[in-house]
Amino acid sequence: MTIKGKAYIAGAYEHPTRKAEDKSVAQLHAEVAKGALDDAGLTKQDIDGYFCAGDAPGLGPLSMVDYLGLKVRHVDSTETGGSSYLVHVAHAAEAIAAGKCNVALVTLAGRPRSEGSSGTQPRNWGTAVPDGPFEAPYGIVTANSYAMVAMRHMHQYGTTSGQLAWVKVAASHHAQHNPHAMLREVVTVQEVLDSPVIADPLHRLDCCVVSDGGGAVIVARPEIARSLKRPRVKVIGAGESPKGQSGGRLDLTVSGAARSGASAFEEAGVKPADIKYVSIYDSFTITVIVQLEDLGFCRKGDGGKFVADGNLISGTGKLPFNTDGGGLCNNHPGNRGGMTKVIEAVRQLRGEAHPKVQVSNCDVALAQGTGGQLGTRHASATLIMERE
Amino acid sequence: MATPYQDRKLPAPLVNAENKPFFDAAAQGKLLVKFCAACGEYHHYPRAICPHCFSDRTEWREAQGTGTIYTWSVLRRGVPVAYCLAYVTLDEGVSMLTNIVDCDLDAVRIGQKVRVVFKPTDGGPPVPMFSPA
Repeated sequence: MTIKGKAYIAGAYEHPTRKAEDKSVAQLHAEVAKGALDDAGLTKQDIDGYFCAGDAPGLGPLSMVDYLGLKVRHVDSTETGGSSYLVHVAHAAEAIAAGKCNVALVTLAGRPRSEGSSGTQPRNWGTAVPDGPFEAPYGIVTANSYAMVAMRHMHQYGTTSGQLAWVKVAASHHAQHNPHAMLREVVTVQEVLDSPVIADPLHRLDCCVVSDGGGAVIVARPEIARSLKRPRVKVIGAGESPKGQSGGRLDLTVSGAARSGASAFEEAGVKPADIKYVSIYDSFTITVIVQLEDLGFCRKGDGGKFVADGNLISGTGKLPFNTDGGGLCNNHPGNRGGMTKVIEAVRQLRGEAHPKVQVSNCDVALAQGTGGQLGTRHASATLIMERE
Repeated sequence: MATPYQDRKLPAPLVNAENKPFFDAAAQGKLLVKFCAACGEYHHYPRAICPHCFSDRTEWREAQGTGTIYTWSVLRRGVPVAYCLAYVTLDEGVSMLTNIVDCDLDAVRIGQKVRVVFKPTDGGPPVPMFSPA
């Protein structure tokens, strides 16, 4: 079975908040659900499938279906960290293709900014996590985990801090046009290099923001999508691939995107050269470089050269990316960037991105997520969508 | 510029039935790695069932305690004391997450030869870390 053409993204909504001190996490889920339904022109009664991940409070769909007052016949709480929502879109398409539901709602929300989260804090290790005793004592946090990937990438391929900085520079060029973005100031390579080192070799401006907020998408059966008044965005390919330490056979510079991307391209029947716009998970600048290589947009090891000199800037570069400003400048709701990657790709395919960053003739787009940590274990998810 | 290594409070590893021999050995100053008698491969972190071939014929072996730095990063912000997180590839061939200690952290390099040392944790068994050989 393929999901190609079996489902459409009928609604998409990104919460405008970046600091939600006066809202609960569940409330944010409800607000984004409402926003996505309004965007699609559907009502709550139309939803018969619900998807959420670890950011959903309580027992995932059990708590949220009750809180939202949904009546669904299919749920999925696949948890792959920040890439969960790309997986959810693919799984929703599978469920629709299998006749398990017609209209699926996927929600994400979180308020790590209000709760004081940062990328230099230890994560919350559960007592039964098998890797915990071999990692927690060493002080691995988000920032130094990704930093080790950057350090190794530099060693193996000669990637430079200046090349990493170009990823941030491109994101900032896009964010200046996004009124909701946390960081709207255009920055230069030198400004990135002059920002303090957080974890060698990553500077502060190599790191994404911490923000509250959320987002939701509605995935619908083709007949339903065609009955709506919105531009149609068809799901044509998807792939997912967890990757870890392989029992100690470490290969830190290759991400799961090598496999998830290959699967998605094969299913979609397109090549990297066919992609007009990419949303690439940008927890850190290095994350983007590794994923672009693994997806095949350039040769392995050439990612630094590929992103340099504005190649990711819409209107000037060959591969416009994260035209909302991405996690590096716009937002990173719930410390999970997968949902906003889907949403900006949908905007681009609909022709509804900001006019200053809208890619002309954007007919095929790719969204790529990396959940967990590139430096230990992560799950890649790739989604390819087409304007109909 | 130099960033001399400083001791810091280390969270104790959560010891369970599966990993207890590793930490019991660490308390004796020994680094253990898991070896699979079925496929002849080492793995880390240690499991009861081999993650390579899925055999249950895994056994503890004492490692030589020497290795090479695969990658590293000094966390400098948001923490009271800068420290060097690293992966070290043991001479047995498997890489383990660890810290580089007892040296100038600014002089740490990929490819550097290192030797195991054990550092106390806060209320738990000591854990293996590495210093330049």
